[in-house]
Amino acid sequence: MYNLERSGENLIIRISGELDHHTASLVKEETDKSLTEEIKNIIFDFSSLIFMDSSGIGFLMARYKKISEKGGMAVIVSPTPQVKRILEMSGIMTIIKIAPDMKKAQKMIKR
Amino acid sequence: MENRFDMQFISLSENEALARAVVSAFIMEIDPTIEWLSEIKTAVSEAVTNAIVHAYPEDLGTVCLSGKLIGNTVYITVEDFGVGIADVEKAREPLFTGRPDEERSGLGFSIMESFSDDITVTSTLGVGTCVTLKKIFPASEGKTNNG
Repeated sequence: MYNLERSGENLIIRISGELDHHTASLVKEETDKSLTEEIKNIIFDFSSLIFMDSSGIGFLMARYKKISEKGGMAVIVSPTPQVKRILEMSGIMTIIKIAPDMKKAQKMIKR
Repeated sequence: MENRFDMQFISLSENEALARAVVSAFIMEIDPTIEWLSEIKTAVSEAVTNAIVHAYPEDLGTVCLSGKLIGNTVYITVEDFGVGIADVEKAREPLFTGRPDEERSGLGFSIMESFSDDITVTSTLGVGTCVTLKKIFPASEGKTNNG
């Protein structure tokens, strides 16, 4: 399951449950429709995401590419241990930072 | 302890979750830790996703998922009868993807290798691909079963 929320220049993407090739294909279309001119940054709220495989990395990279072209930032909020392990293995944390909660994520983006 | 299962499903992406659920249920018999279960589940997800994404580019096809538990070793096999892999060694290189037009990370085999004790890949063009993951369950692992 997922939902999208706009907060100023930020798009908050909340994904719960599992992020695999199937769910990534469902989320990406709606997400990309929401990446309007006004949106500069993305916050991925993974606090309720219990599983992710490498398809999730592909999903993150593609979304990151879209906002980095505009000079924006992406942050992942509170990934669970399994998800964090996949993030670490991929090396994506060098470009997408992790925040322990939404408040810190928003602060990181403001900096 | 010996056990096995065999199943087939069509190469729809909805069945990636099915494959993970079946393997998780099969593995529960040996009372694994969450981390150990998570590793094999992720490796299987990668193998099944590869079959679903790559094996049948023009249509849907059959993916076979089977498992064997022999002593403290689990073998999970994902087999398809699709296009096959032209160069298995290249396909196993980190970040290589046969679908650069899609949002693929190319990390599937790297993750399978990291989360398995052994992985064998055999493939023939026009015939299909078979991936077997082997994972040994350490005797010292496992939650105390109070149930």
